[in-house]
Amino acid sequence: MTLEQAFRDEWGRVLAALIGFLGDFDLAEEAAQEAFAIAAARWPLEGTPASPRAWLVTTARNRAIDRVRRERTLAAKTRLLDVPETREDDVDDATIPDERLELLFTCCHPALALDAQVALTLRTLGGLETDEIARAFLVPETTMAKRLVRAKGKIKAAGIPFRVPPAHLLPDRLDAVLAVVYLIFNEGYAGRGDLAREAIRLGRALAELMPDEPEAHGLEALMLLNDARREARFADDAIVLLGDQDRSLWDVDEIVQGRVALARALALGGRGPYVLQAAIASLHLDEPQDWRQLAALYGELARLTGSPVVELNRAVAVAEAGDVEAGLVLAESLELDRYHYLHATRAELLRRLERVEEARVAYDRALELVHSDAERRFLERRLAELQG
Amino acid sequence: MKYMLLIHQGEAPTPYTPDEWARLSEEEQGAVYAAYQAVNETPGVSPGVQMQPPETATTVRVQDGKTLTTDGPFVAVKEALGGYLFFEADDLDAAIELAGRVPAARMGGAVEVRPLVER
Repeated sequence: MTLEQAFRDEWGRVLAALIGFLGDFDLAEEAAQEAFAIAAARWPLEGTPASPRAWLVTTARNRAIDRVRRERTLAAKTRLLDVPETREDDVDDATIPDERLELLFTCCHPALALDAQVALTLRTLGGLETDEIARAFLVPETTMAKRLVRAKGKIKAAGIPFRVPPAHLLPDRLDAVLAVVYLIFNEGYAGRGDLAREAIRLGRALAELMPDEPEAHGLEALMLLNDARREARFADDAIVLLGDQDRSLWDVDEIVQGRVALARALALGGRGPYVLQAAIASLHLDEPQDWRQLAALYGELARLTGSPVVELNRAVAVAEAGDVEAGLVLAESLELDRYHYLHATRAELLRRLERVEEARVAYDRALELVHSDAERRFLERRLAELQG
Repeated sequence: MKYMLLIHQGEAPTPYTPDEWARLSEEEQGAVYAAYQAVNETPGVSPGVQMQPPETATTVRVQDGKTLTTDGPFVAVKEALGGYLFFEADDLDAAIELAGRVPAARMGGAVEVRPLVER
């Protein structure tokens, strides 16, 4: 492992421990940067210390204490002035508390705007540099830097607590954390693979830190199972539908890991939206697919989310399970008139029922609404087959 | 931490909007008073002084040394400040929880939580 990778892995933990101790994001970040720079200079020459994380935290802490002593104005704001300095070698990793969860909940606090939550999470826990985050979200670096400064300023000025929320707040707050991680993943899934990997790392850490929380395992499973098909999803810049994907391109390791995480979530009694989506993603990987089971899971997910798009998926699963008529009735009951998939689905089901004229009208309607060229070509081909 | 909670009535019925207020049952009106009282009696709260409705406000500007007045609040009536209180609490979560108990927040208005500068 290169020093850079090791640093990336340690950054979140070291920074979290420092924020927990110093109670100040900026002071902690500066001190952490200093400690990592010293390590980068010394470790290659003097060897890596026995407890690298403890070395980093202690070094950073000592630097921060020095800084605070120099700048007495900060004194009142930190809780460390009477702490005696510790020598780096006296501390081992086990004595450094893992406060990444506190940090994650702070970064994803709903009093911060969603884009700020995302940026702060990537910066503090992911250890991404400001310019990397800016590039990933296609905004100028100065914009991203301002966003981060403003978020950190609000945490301090408004008194956003550094803690795992108490039980009565936890369900809502956990939803916010899961949403941020999944949003980062989806940004990456749409093309920028680094972000997807970062989201999986965050999701894995979250599942480790909240081992009894089924949705954390569910999200980890969902991301792994979707990421496993990354290489097979595109061919010549066009989306390849699941049924047509080259299975030899699927990442078998990720599928196994994803299914382990899913089994853990189900064993914990998880039936939340991420667990259900992961279970659905897992079933879709089977050959042949168990459409009856898929229809049931889509139904459960639709009841939970109230999403008509999920209902449309259920309609497809019902039809694939053998009852095309029932699938069509369900699809036609949905208020999704502006959604081209509704009409493409109706067209497909009508075609199977040999109601050719109605199928033709539905394909025309889908073609009116479709935006992507790849999907337009797909629909035109189907329509031509119908006429031929 | 010290916070100021700025209460915006928005669409919320109050005794200052008699027609809307009359649409609430006596029980609902009583619940609103009771909730405000409970908020004011929460440890850490310093209740604000009651304000006349925003319609009674006069907005003052000075241009080229000349004092100009307009009838009404600085922002639209519906967005104007309707009341305030101070709250000393451990952190923002506590202030958000208190804000959520202010009736205006669930009746069509909103509460803005502003941290105060401490010296």
